[in-house]
Amino acid sequence: MPETLKDKTAIVGIGATPYYKRSESLPQTELELACKAILGALDDAGLTVKDLDGFTIYSSSCDPAQVASVLGVPEVRFAASLTSGGGGSAGSLGLAASAIVSGQAEVCVTLMTLQQAKRRLGGSAVDGGGPGLSGGGSPYGGGGVPNYAAFISGAGLMAPGHSFAMLTRRHMELYGTKREHLAEVCISQRENAIRRPSAIRTDPLTLDEYFDARMISDPLCLFDYTMESDGAVAAVVTSAERARDLRQKPVYIGGSAHGGAGRWGSAIFTYFQMPDDYFASSGNRPVAKRMYEMAGMGPEDVDVALFYDHFSPMVIMQLEDYGFCPIGEGGPFVADGNIRWKSGSLPVNTHGGHLSEAYIIGMTHVREAVEQLRGVAVNQVDGAEVAVVTGGPSGLPISGTLLHN
Amino acid sequence: MSDLIRGTFPSMLKDPYADASTQPFWDAAAEGRLSAPRCTVCGTFVLPPQPFCFTCQSQAFEWVDLPGTGTIYTFTVVRHPLAPQLADVVPYVSGVIELDGTQGAGARLMLNITDADPETVQIGDKVRVWFDQVSETLPLPRARMA
Repeated sequence: MPETLKDKTAIVGIGATPYYKRSESLPQTELELACKAILGALDDAGLTVKDLDGFTIYSSSCDPAQVASVLGVPEVRFAASLTSGGGGSAGSLGLAASAIVSGQAEVCVTLMTLQQAKRRLGGSAVDGGGPGLSGGGSPYGGGGVPNYAAFISGAGLMAPGHSFAMLTRRHMELYGTKREHLAEVCISQRENAIRRPSAIRTDPLTLDEYFDARMISDPLCLFDYTMESDGAVAAVVTSAERARDLRQKPVYIGGSAHGGAGRWGSAIFTYFQMPDDYFASSGNRPVAKRMYEMAGMGPEDVDVALFYDHFSPMVIMQLEDYGFCPIGEGGPFVADGNIRWKSGSLPVNTHGGHLSEAYIIGMTHVREAVEQLRGVAVNQVDGAEVAVVTGGPSGLPISGTLLHN
Repeated sequence: MSDLIRGTFPSMLKDPYADASTQPFWDAAAEGRLSAPRCTVCGTFVLPPQPFCFTCQSQAFEWVDLPGTGTIYTFTVVRHPLAPQLADVVPYVSGVIELDGTQGAGARLMLNITDADPETVQIGDKVRVWFDQVSETLPLPRARMA
């Protein structure tokens, strides 16, 4: 057996700003939000800036050079980001573990900070921002218009929701997934958010309201979309040995994997040639397999799952890809009440997720996993010992991390 | 923007921004032909064109005219306009089309299906590719129900 990252590191601190509706975090800057979350996470662990020496991020969440100089970090010994976007959220914990186990750093911070006053991730080529043709945060930006733009732009499917609507439609066709199933994801997560003071959406959501909502990109309606939020969340990781002497009960990184099948590629934003057998999926299957193998556990060991939920159907597809039900049976699995807090066999997104609590690109899920495993979650799963937290579906790499107490 | 047609997404580009690997597609399109690059080593179609075959990594391709028909693999009906001027365009139907004459995955196009009925269109419906000459240099591929 090769040496792995299994159980060698732990999350020891979590920090977060309040969660804000889009642009309401002003006049703070994104950098300020990031630093507040980092200081909060260090303090939670019983550490200070003097202990911090690694930045293990994803989606270019911050510039470690700026943060380190602003906070006065004595020496940065590791600074790396997973490539791509939100798919790396859970995997950046594995990046931290890699840095620590290899002896390159001792205390790493994983972070997301987001302020959408000027850039809207859900935007499109039409109005600027998001994946589009107009530069800015666009994958087309910088080098002019790429040669593939004319092959896809005429379809007018340039916002993330359009793309995920097409994955969802294919899943419905193959497996009989219904809008009622998507509604159950949205309603169950809203029920969880209602009890959580940090949540932005706390009004009850009924099935009638779901079906009355504006259809955006059929079959996805308003409630199937994440909200747009501002805020920052940070997690501090150190060695398991050091973790045992710190303030909080350690949350061990049992297994972590990122990546995905090569031909998942940039995942439907600009690429539609994924092979049939996993087109209608979350792309997480190979990641889940490696994560479980490293941890020496399987889906039967998991007490709570925090699935990246920019769009409600992706929760259903991740239930399948992480082995909680057979492929194609995610819809009936949620319809049977399995993902409900308290009564379900696998409570999912007990914090309300991106759909109802806040959208900080995956890091709220990491925070909730830690709270569950410390036993202090608002919607605590009784006796929770093992949690799965994921990043993506998105362009590669997508990621999954298994945490335990 | 007085020439908006409901169901037809207005092209944001006026030029194909072609390079050596995509120019033959646009040359054929200008003549109303749907043409695709096929790897001369293993026969894989790679569309939109890429510099390498994803099966055998060859860079040798031959251009083959396809029948121009295909099947809806998946689609969405866009009902919410992402910009005010699109209020006159929604709802529009766009989707991924598997092209006849290829061997499945690896030769799909993402197209606006301009005459699809948003209430009845289904996966598996047959379509035909057509080219909308949106500018002097851009014959934009679109689909119609076959």
